[in-house]
Amino acid sequence: MRRSVLFLLFTAASLAVFFLLPLHARQSQLQRAGNVQPGGDPLRGLHVTDLCLSTEARYTRNPAMADHHAPFQEHPLALEHFPSGSLILPPAQLRNVP
Amino acid sequence: MKRTIERHLNILEFTLASLLRRRGKNLSLLAMYLLVIFMLASLQFFVSALKREAAVILADAPDMVVQRLMAGRQDLVPTEYATGIAVIRGVTAVRPRLWGYYYDALNGANYTIMADEQQAAGLPRAAIGAGVARARTLAVGDLLPLISYNKTPVMLEVGSIFPSSSDLIAADMVVISPAQFHTLFNFPEGQATDLAVTVRNPKELPTVAAKIATLFPDSRPILKSEIQRTYQSIFDWRGGMTLMVLSAALLSFIIFAWDKATGLSAEERKEIGILKSIGWETSDVLLLKFWEGTVISLTAFLLGVVLAYGHVFFLSAPLFAQALKGWSVIYPRFQLVPVVDAYQLAVLFFLTVVPYTTATVIPCWRAATTDPDAAMRY
Repeated sequence: MRRSVLFLLFTAASLAVFFLLPLHARQSQLQRAGNVQPGGDPLRGLHVTDLCLSTEARYTRNPAMADHHAPFQEHPLALEHFPSGSLILPPAQLRNVP
Repeated sequence: MKRTIERHLNILEFTLASLLRRRGKNLSLLAMYLLVIFMLASLQFFVSALKREAAVILADAPDMVVQRLMAGRQDLVPTEYATGIAVIRGVTAVRPRLWGYYYDALNGANYTIMADEQQAAGLPRAAIGAGVARARTLAVGDLLPLISYNKTPVMLEVGSIFPSSSDLIAADMVVISPAQFHTLFNFPEGQATDLAVTVRNPKELPTVAAKIATLFPDSRPILKSEIQRTYQSIFDWRGGMTLMVLSAALLSFIIFAWDKATGLSAEERKEIGILKSIGWETSDVLLLKFWEGTVISLTAFLLGVVLAYGHVFFLSAPLFAQALKGWSVIYPRFQLVPVVDAYQLAVLFFLTVVPYTTATVIPCWRAATTDPDAAMRY
């Protein structure tokens, strides 16, 4: 078989996989929505306010509940030193304070 | 029609042979291009999926959380505040929340300890996150020994382990009864960490928050919309992580595209000259270069996006998880529900494939329009 035809077949296969991605995503979303545990979600009653993205510092574990002077929580001159502190922004309501 | 297809196939055949002749250079080009697309697409999938997860999880967040500040820092809230807030018109429920952090000196991990009323109703057993179970190799029925603030051991029996699918909420969580919480932290009676306030009409939230701030000047109400906004902005394009990966990838791509766009190599000019001298039209040469750009960029784009999808949604984004992990001992497995944003993928396509293909064709057009003799002598 000619190289050009092989390449076109390869590209067609890649395109087919590419267009299957949204279908797979939709299917997974429907599947997750259907996976409701019997007796309800035990975590729902806890009224959590934050996502568990990082557990190394209080203000990156619970950024929405962070202190006003986060991330310098330890003492006023403490420099931010947690790696996740450079990736997670301070909460929206604190950044809008003039 | 058949003639046109045949012409394209022939030129594509020549393009592939030409690319394979400079195998080393072109494969490294493809690898670098693929890496740029892979990083950008991974980031896009990761951020979109996290945004969606945040929206789903935070839909259950309290309408408002009321904290108390003391000397600029968050302090315990007396439960009398709850009684005062409950009588404000529009407030349907005020629930004191008991939660805190526990540093486990055994493995250096931080746990989030939460008290749950439902836990008190059942047996005094703890529900723990999958991250805690992994860190301490615990199973249901095992004992989780913690040291209370009185320096006395508190033995918690593991009643249940939250599934890994809820890692994004509870990987580091230990849910215990309020009585156990008071014992563990020597927590004073009549106090709470903060108050979760439910308001009947969401439109009244700012008014209720203003009333709470007037009634209790040392309080700090945090609205649900602010919590949600915090998470939307964390994963925003301006977000630290996004900016870090994006700027590195974009910069390398700009240098790369610039290098391609600024001119052809002497060998490539010579090749164009020879092709023209043996009878190739300018349009044929341009078509050749168009296919050359398309073969590299389309292959890199398609493979990059498919690999990024696998990286984020099948392998739980190990590259980004490492960045978020930092010094954490417990970290979630990012078992994210796939989200494909067609608009963002289209933007990625037009920001990478189109400029690259154009950058390949334009310098070639300049060379192809010159005299073959001059092109070969260059």
